[in-house]
Amino acid sequence: MSERTLIDARGANCPGPMMELIATLKLVDIGDEIELLSNDPGTASDVPTWCEKVGHKLISKTKTDDHWVLVVSRSK
Amino acid sequence: MTIGYWLLADQSKGRGKMKKILIVGGGMAGSIVANGLARKLNKEMNNDLVEITVISATDQHLYQPGLLYLAFGRVRENELYRNQREILDKRINFHVDPAVNIDADNKKVTTESGKVYEGDYLVIATGSRIMTQSIPGLAEEAHQFYTPEGAKEMRDSLKDFKGGKVVVNVNAPHKCPVAPIEITLMLHDYLKENELLEKSEITYTYPVGRVHAMEPVAKWAAPEFEKLGIKAETLFNTKEVDGKTKTIISEEGTKLKYDYLVTIPPHKGAQVVEDSIEGAKGGWCPTDKKKLYLEGKTDVFICGDTTNIPISKAGSTAHFEADTIIDNISSLIQEGTMARDYDGKVFCFIETGKETGSYVWFNYTTPPNPGLPTKAVHRFKLAYNKMYWLSAKGLL
Repeated sequence: MSERTLIDARGANCPGPMMELIATLKLVDIGDEIELLSNDPGTASDVPTWCEKVGHKLISKTKTDDHWVLVVSRSK
Repeated sequence: MTIGYWLLADQSKGRGKMKKILIVGGGMAGSIVANGLARKLNKEMNNDLVEITVISATDQHLYQPGLLYLAFGRVRENELYRNQREILDKRINFHVDPAVNIDADNKKVTTESGKVYEGDYLVIATGSRIMTQSIPGLAEEAHQFYTPEGAKEMRDSLKDFKGGKVVVNVNAPHKCPVAPIEITLMLHDYLKENELLEKSEITYTYPVGRVHAMEPVAKWAAPEFEKLGIKAETLFNTKEVDGKTKTIISEEGTKLKYDYLVTIPPHKGAQVVEDSIEGAKGGWCPTDKKKLYLEGKTDVFICGDTTNIPISKAGSTAHFEADTIIDNISSLIQEGTMARDYDGKVFCFIETGKETGSYVWFNYTTPPNPGLPTKAVHRFKLAYNKMYWLSAKGLL
């Protein structure tokens, strides 16, 4: 059964949400999910583009009042 | 008798019960916490009401930022070390005995010698380690400056470099977020000074879609690279290095040829943390971002690289976190409550070449905004390289 890891990267100026996602993907098993919280507008567009390029699966992207919630599944 | 001293004596079951503070790790974070607590709890220590113990894997304290200079032969290795015992307040117990198990529930640490240390408060400051071997071919092919051995090897191998394709390869996660830019600019200056620049081409690779994680730093660095003829390959997460064809390949499918490969390796936390602490994926402890305690355990604090907080792994982060932990543990002992929150503050010098430097600071609510490079900042950074030892002693 897949696990889900939460990264609350709201307010993370450095290394930032995308870098946290990349680092955490290395630590989880294939099929596991990462839930990334970010208030950086760039992340909302960068993460889907990167996932498509590398081959990880973007499960969902949701906008709340003040941040995005992106769920990514490690695919390889 | 101070109010704090009276409260401590009064709150304990049996007046005058000693509080033990156990610190695992003798690097910058552990040293600042230990010395700062000794200062804040001066009277309690002098009256045997508080005992501070530091456990470390080594008797030497390394000034890690100095490795950047060692890689270019600008400092000698022995300038980067001090005896750890001499850094610590003489009242602090110090044991060179690597931790092999950390029992956070019971605040007990077992060491290599088989001894078991206990504390009423536990501070885990075991730092991070490079994981060059986690990427096929990287350890065999790349030069790195994150260890004294690596920095010396890079210094010596640079002397043999006669020009060609240089790749500076950055991996996630890594310690010291500005080091990739610093090493790139310093390499540029080194090649220029040694009349190799005309025969060389520097390419910088970075994991995310710009040349630095901090957007303002990226906005400054990208045109700086362009001006100096440094190429940038972003969205580059290293998959493998092929030593036969001298090619580095990314998960995104990009292939780059190199003659001289420098890597900022991926990092992990300490093995003992990965093995002992529940939920510490990669050796990073689940940490409350404001109080800095291990999630669910308010008497176990995490400092420096060891946290999983989404923040820079840097000396200044450890320093500012240490200040919060010092205030909170001393306040818990003296007044029975924590004193304050960590605000996420980070300050980094940025060496922008051989003669100029800049700096950047930020916290959880204030975004970074780097200053313009100047000679004055560079000279201050060189001065700080000496002043570091005052920081480690908790005096700065």
